[in-house]
Amino acid sequence: MRGLSKPMTESLIELDRVCLAFSGRAVLEEVSFTVGRGEIVTLIGPNGAGKSTIMKIALGLLTPDRGQVRRAKGISIGYMPQKISIEDNLPLTVQSFLKLRPGTTDAQVTEVMELVRIAHVATCPVQQVSGGEMQRVLMARALLGDPDLIVLDEPVQGVDITGQEELYRLISRVHRHKNCGVLMISHDLHMVMAGTDRVICLNRHICCSGAPENIQDHPEYQALLGQRADAIALYTHHHDHHHDSAGNVVSGDHGEGCDHD
Amino acid sequence: MIDDFILSAILAGVLVAMAAGPLGCFLVWRRMAYFGDTISHSALLGVGLGLALGTTSPWVIVITCAAISWILLFLERGGKFSTDTLLGILAHSALSIGLIIIALQDNLRQDMMFLLIGDILAIDTPELTGIALMTMGTLGGLIYIWKPLLSITVHEDLARVEGVNILKTKVIYMLLIALLVAFAMKVIGALLITSLMIIPAAAARTMARSPVQMAVGSMIIGSLSVVMGILLSSQWDVPAGPAIVLSALLLFLLGRVLPKGFRV
Repeated sequence: MRGLSKPMTESLIELDRVCLAFSGRAVLEEVSFTVGRGEIVTLIGPNGAGKSTIMKIALGLLTPDRGQVRRAKGISIGYMPQKISIEDNLPLTVQSFLKLRPGTTDAQVTEVMELVRIAHVATCPVQQVSGGEMQRVLMARALLGDPDLIVLDEPVQGVDITGQEELYRLISRVHRHKNCGVLMISHDLHMVMAGTDRVICLNRHICCSGAPENIQDHPEYQALLGQRADAIALYTHHHDHHHDSAGNVVSGDHGEGCDHD
Repeated sequence: MIDDFILSAILAGVLVAMAAGPLGCFLVWRRMAYFGDTISHSALLGVGLGLALGTTSPWVIVITCAAISWILLFLERGGKFSTDTLLGILAHSALSIGLIIIALQDNLRQDMMFLLIGDILAIDTPELTGIALMTMGTLGGLIYIWKPLLSITVHEDLARVEGVNILKTKVIYMLLIALLVAFAMKVIGALLITSLMIIPAAAARTMARSPVQMAVGSMIIGSLSVVMGILLSSQWDVPAGPAIVLSALLLFLLGRVLPKGFRV
């Protein structure tokens, strides 16, 4: 079955043939995948492919027209939204922002700020921290309350390569320690976090999915990224079809890594 | 020294300002100033409907304002027009229909000016009691929804994922505004109540380091505006409602030109 490449220990969230259309235009067609405990799943795809939409469906923020979403009973989900714009007239410090999560204690806030290294901006207005710091603030909010599943929408967007590497290391460390599931959208078509169990290439439907290849050893990639390469992996993928400029499927050559006809 | 009716007026105005400031902070944070206007314009429709039904009970106004808010929520979900446009349509339709209904009442030729800018110097004791209860109820309700409403204001999707009941929180907030507007009609009128929500909140921004500080600051600045306005009004013999708004504006401008040390 497409999207289910290996057996899971415990499925945290399961999407089954999800379809959604906005005012008659299909946005998602028959999308199915599962995120299990301890698994890292990365969604990639071009702009307008429906990545954020499928993520919102997984989070329960949107209801699909057809298909089913099953979330394991009683799991807690940490969500890191893509970008956040807070009205300048709202005086809110970073730690107050974190405390907005229901049931959060000061001790938890302090702990999570240490973890993502934002303690130095704890009392800064949340509108005034840098882009990279803001990403870590949002990640801190997602990590509060020890979630079973972390959902990250383009976590390294707008962050320089050093910052990206640090964020990925952080996700990886949290993942290792808590053995939680991770579902994230990558901002880049070809680069995903090292340790990703499964990459899903989405363009309204799932084009292909599978484990990222052992691209880290690729000489060109090494030359490009040097020692930083250990935090990032490349994903090469070939489809059995092409998309025209409107995103519609047109027939094309088959390639490896393709599991549908 | 000071007449009783002036004292009643100041008390009523301060009570309204205490409720209006914190509610107004959320209007500012949520970029919803025009929403406040729509609700308060709907109050005139409520007055009209009340007169047609032969009552001056503020609850008719509360219900009317709440109904208009519901219509807005419903239309917003339809997504055909932007919220801005919908607010413009609703606000002025409600205002006009209200004024027409009021004008059609044969038995009553009320001066409509008082409906628009209030008649604070004519507040009687039962009205004062009603306003006091409204302020307590509104502040109590706002404390109850404070954290979830703040969370929704910052990021609605994030709040929803974290288990905040979005609809309940928003509905309570709308009802609190409806409650405030209905009981503040006599104090500051349908046209000016929004200014008592927005201006003190905006003025408090410069000195506030947290949401709570800004809310408390807006209560203080709003109350000061009321006292200044009423004194100005009796001094110059001008309408009290506009004088209160002018005072609030002066305090806002004062905050803008304060030396850097007083500002955040």
